[in-house]
Amino acid sequence: MDKITNVKELRLKATDVREDIVKMLHEAESGHSAGPLGMADIFTALYFNVANIQPDNPEWAERDRIVLSNGHICPVLYSCMARTGYFPVEELMTLRKLGSRLQGHPHRTALPGLENTSGPLGSGTSQAAGMALALKMDGTNQHVWCLTSDGEQQEGNTWEGVMFAAAKKLDNLTVIMDRNYIQIDGNTEDILPLEPLGDKYRQFNWHVIEVDGHNMEAIVDAMERSKNQHDRPTLILADVVPGKGVKYMENEYEWHGKPPKTEEELSQALADLAEVRKQIEADQMT
Amino acid sequence: MSLVQSANLVDNLFDRDSLELSGTRDGYGKGLVELGKRDERVVVLCADLTESTRSNYFRDEFPERFVQVGVAEQNLITVGAGLAAAGKVPYMASYAAFSPGRCWEQIRTTFGYNALHGVVAGAHAGVSVGPDGATHQAVEDIATMRTIAGCTVLVPSDTRGAFKATIATLDTPQLVYIRFGRDKYPSFTTDETPFEIGKAEVYYEGTDVTVVACGPLVYESLQAAKALEGEISVEVIDSSTIKPLDINTIATSARKTGAVVTAEEATVIGGLGGAVAEGLAREYPVPMEFVGMQDTYGESGTADEILTKYNMKSADVVEAIRKVLKRKS
Repeated sequence: MDKITNVKELRLKATDVREDIVKMLHEAESGHSAGPLGMADIFTALYFNVANIQPDNPEWAERDRIVLSNGHICPVLYSCMARTGYFPVEELMTLRKLGSRLQGHPHRTALPGLENTSGPLGSGTSQAAGMALALKMDGTNQHVWCLTSDGEQQEGNTWEGVMFAAAKKLDNLTVIMDRNYIQIDGNTEDILPLEPLGDKYRQFNWHVIEVDGHNMEAIVDAMERSKNQHDRPTLILADVVPGKGVKYMENEYEWHGKPPKTEEELSQALADLAEVRKQIEADQMT
Repeated sequence: MSLVQSANLVDNLFDRDSLELSGTRDGYGKGLVELGKRDERVVVLCADLTESTRSNYFRDEFPERFVQVGVAEQNLITVGAGLAAAGKVPYMASYAAFSPGRCWEQIRTTFGYNALHGVVAGAHAGVSVGPDGATHQAVEDIATMRTIAGCTVLVPSDTRGAFKATIATLDTPQLVYIRFGRDKYPSFTTDETPFEIGKAEVYYEGTDVTVVACGPLVYESLQAAKALEGEISVEVIDSSTIKPLDINTIATSARKTGAVVTAEEATVIGGLGGAVAEGLAREYPVPMEFVGMQDTYGESGTADEILTKYNMKSADVVEAIRKVLKRKS
């Protein structure tokens, strides 16, 4: 797979991914919108630039492992997998349908390239830590990337994994957290406050990088820096706007768990994204 | 009515006081060491109960393949799942009350549904953990693990059975739950006693009633059969695999005897008794009685006191046999 190294191209690719997400969810008539849209830049950076993967050879023994902990944002994962070549892009429209390989929450054995089955929250960090430990036992340099949400920091299992990864000095593990401040019932700080999140991880002996989750250059840089840590796992704490790119969804927790159902919602979302694309194309700075 | 010679049980089978006493968990510990020698992929995880689960046998031989996770049963399973996803074969031990007690969902999702090979070892299961009391007495584990699709459930009846069962899990490439007790039980099988996952073994042949047992209740059932000799002809079957249940062996016996008693150190709801009842309801329904925990919790006491109070001794198997025979047509 040819990596995309140009920042502008990465941003345009992330826009393709966002368009996929709204189309898939509209077709599926159920699913989660805000999380996948918010994480499109980070997934794009990982799949198209940073991670060492071979989409046409998903079982490649030397691949990096990408673990999605909060399975409900899988539309963004599926879109990146399709567009990097794991499976045909047309298959994205089968999301959540009977017989589809694109289960409503990712199922490892259903789709080559998935590293784990997820949905129940809070267990991805531990699974990623287990993989990182196994790779260290085998003496490899492969990296494990775990995508996690802020809401699932409320799960006890998460913190068991956080403690464990630091204790085992898993510097081949990077956890990237979608800090979008929303969960199903409302704002995270109203439901069960999480702050100060970065300090919590620092106190647990993690290396913490805080990043704007929509600044492509900064995202790639943070991921690359996380690979060069010694004796500590890294948390990339990404400030993310839920629903990013679709104005009527941005920062609205009501869009955590529902799709753009009506034709109007779909066309408005695609119009917003077309505007985003236009701005990126016009932006001389990138 | 007689002892099955091919079962190769010990010569002094019915002389309870002369039998060697050993824990099923010791069979697990020794099995792990053997597995460690056979296969580089084998890793052992424990949640701060390394000695009491006998995981220390492996730790001392293969420290680089031993993973201490601390008091964190959810992490025990999910780190194990990560190791398994990256090619290791994890053996994950805690007390059954805590694992699978606390981490059933993680087991279901990250091993069961995720189709990974890993072995969950539940130690100190049943009420014979004794003085620690009901919080530590897992009686629900057989039932909860049996409901996970594709999960193999093993309850070895003595230390040699536990060793053989542990070894056999390496070639069972899926989720396996294996259950051990804390107490020392009479060792009544030998190295030559057959053991195969998915196969129930007839130890004692009879014609009036079938007793299907697992774990320490197998020996209690053999004692019951002996006590009734000359009066009631009892067939005793060791169903060390609860799932997949060897319903052929059990139904064949039920067709012969026409009455069945199950015996286990676990809740009768959904455990071995439930499994046998489900199987016989399809194959050959007969009157049944169920020895085990009757929808209740245990309490503190010595193992013997609790097993007596909650009716899981050979005398209770005898009583269940008499009861079921009254309903036999």
